[in-house]
Amino acid sequence: MEKRVTFKGWLLPMLLLLPQVFITAAFFFYPAGQAIYQSLFIPDPFGLSMQYVGLGNFEYLAKDPYYRASFVTTAVFSGLVTVVSMGMALYLAVLADRLIKGSGTYRTLLIWPYAVAPAVAGVLWLFMFNTRVGVISWYLGLLGYDWNHVLNETEAMGLVVVASSWGRVSYNFLFFLAGLQAIPRSVIEAAAIDGARFWTRFRTIVFPLLSPTTFFLLVVNIVYAFFETFGVIHTITSGGPQQATTILVYKVYKDGFVGQDLGSSAAQSVVLLLVVGLLTVIQFKYIERRVHY
Amino acid sequence: MTIRTLLGGAALSLALGTSAYAQTEIQFWHAFTGRLGELVAEQVETFNGSQSDYTVVATHKGNYSETLNAGIAAFRAGEQPDILMVFEVGTATMMAAKGAIKPVYEVMADAGADFDADAFIGAVKGYYTTTEGEMLSMPFNSSTPVLWVNRDALSEAGIDPDTDLSTWQNVGDVLDQLKDAGNECPLTTAWQSWIHLENLSAYHNVPFATQDNGFAGFDTELALNGPVQVKHIETMGEWAKDGKFIYAGRRNEGGANFRAGECALFTESSAGYAGIKSEASFEFDVRPLPYWEGVEGAPQNTIIGGASLWVMEGQSDEEYKGVAEFLNFLSSPEIQAKWHQDTGYLPITAAAGELTREQGFYEENPGTDVAVKQMTTNEPTANSKGLRLGSFDQIRGIIDEELEAVWSGDKSAQAALDSAKERGDQLLRRFEAAN
Repeated sequence: MEKRVTFKGWLLPMLLLLPQVFITAAFFFYPAGQAIYQSLFIPDPFGLSMQYVGLGNFEYLAKDPYYRASFVTTAVFSGLVTVVSMGMALYLAVLADRLIKGSGTYRTLLIWPYAVAPAVAGVLWLFMFNTRVGVISWYLGLLGYDWNHVLNETEAMGLVVVASSWGRVSYNFLFFLAGLQAIPRSVIEAAAIDGARFWTRFRTIVFPLLSPTTFFLLVVNIVYAFFETFGVIHTITSGGPQQATTILVYKVYKDGFVGQDLGSSAAQSVVLLLVVGLLTVIQFKYIERRVHY
Repeated sequence: MTIRTLLGGAALSLALGTSAYAQTEIQFWHAFTGRLGELVAEQVETFNGSQSDYTVVATHKGNYSETLNAGIAAFRAGEQPDILMVFEVGTATMMAAKGAIKPVYEVMADAGADFDADAFIGAVKGYYTTTEGEMLSMPFNSSTPVLWVNRDALSEAGIDPDTDLSTWQNVGDVLDQLKDAGNECPLTTAWQSWIHLENLSAYHNVPFATQDNGFAGFDTELALNGPVQVKHIETMGEWAKDGKFIYAGRRNEGGANFRAGECALFTESSAGYAGIKSEASFEFDVRPLPYWEGVEGAPQNTIIGGASLWVMEGQSDEEYKGVAEFLNFLSSPEIQAKWHQDTGYLPITAAAGELTREQGFYEENPGTDVAVKQMTTNEPTANSKGLRLGSFDQIRGIIDEELEAVWSGDKSAQAALDSAKERGDQLLRRFEAAN
């Protein structure tokens, strides 16, 4: 049965909403508005003069093949991070769900990496794969594989994907595990009695019942890969080699804060805002239909 | 808070602050950490102890790019420091910011301070002065690229460690021998764009960009895809393919490989001296940067890297007086000579170089004057005065990307440099539009 709390009058509910409205206005609407405004100008870095260019910044971006390439890079990167981190997490969650002894310890250990900040995670992975002193690159060398993510684009992409997914596995694991444990045992047992093996049970019962969790994680992870992986990219590759790991948000930073080209940077933020908005709409409109609540 | 602690606090601040109230505070933002940070702190302390009118407060604001950003953000918020350290590639950005900076020659003239721009060595002065010879920012730490040699590695490969490495032709022969002897890192580099394109161009007296490398106006275009540059990058690309040149990264990552004794030759700033001296457990040597024999006008002179100090607009006259005094203190021969000897940065004034020589430093540390000679033997030309390009930090990023394409064999040298020019020119046009 649904429980409804109703307020008498308007004042209290408005008051309770106010903090959230204020935070959204101050930290989202105001900066987003600024970005849209600035994207119409080519300003000098010190804010001494602004030159109005209309949609010139956007035209410049549309014509820039490297900006278009950055879209592809971002799509590949976000797709890989989402698939790797969710796949790994689901696998681990299914295993942990079946554990009877010591499951608490496993869970705690699996959740740890989430506490590591992306930039720190980046440095950790960089140390392991450092072309000169890295432990893993040294072992790879023994096997006859010459690891060099400083020049090899595929290796660089692989490394940032793994480093970005690592901490994320923990987060996804938590949600998947909670989702798995919320599935009534009786349903699974009934299927087992009917003769369904593990894989069949997983495919026809567990996975569909897990879909709200999966959907939620899909949205959250894509947003993560778009924005929060900045620290990993910055510490490991700085967007290189060439532009192999320059995702959209890294380009916003590079053009704005290294290049002092605030007009282009603002225009890119606006594009990014639209892209993420669009992605979220698509997800809710089309993928959510397949979700069983 | 009780009355007692309040009174106690007041008494304490009175005791500590008697002189502070009379002193004008000067904010100085810089980008140095580690040993360099300590040395700057020492200079500031010496200045503060030497007089009682001003207190300089030095604050570390991150690396060069971050310090510049901090300065820009602070200016936009009206909280700018008196002095901001800006690396050489930010020079054009600062020069274009007419209302944000106060040129050093003006600061000195207003303060009535004794100041002679000609005291600075030509190549340093040229970088930071207008075409009329007015000094806009105060040179501080300047270095130039040189060739560092691991003598032990050469001996191990059966090469005379005193062999002539003055030309790239000779270096090429030595790399072959090193490779044949099984050396896994014959040559590595730091700051590839700065050394192998910007300095290469100046050293061979060819333009890096039109309009006197940007000194004559904002309507400049890159010219880094000329035959000299293409030939050099092409050769480096072949060396990279054969495992004779090992690329370690965009900044000075290669330094770790060299200091660990893995690499035989290393092109890096003269300011690599402090680190190499303290870490290298092998015999090393400093040589002039090699040049291509047969190119007319080579070797000309190399150009500088490093940073200068910019005075920000919007402070009181009193503060500017202090700034003038502090800047004069920093460029005094004693301070500069010590800085030069501690760090490997160039002595930016002729007097500081002279003092270092008198103190016998060059005799005790052979090779430490290589950089000075390399910069000062020839009078700078329009191609070797320096570079003044907008968005230059970002252009360097583009050059890094294109060079990586050459090192990995994805692009030919000509194609990569053509593309660097095209992409860089777009940024130069945007910079021109913004200013």
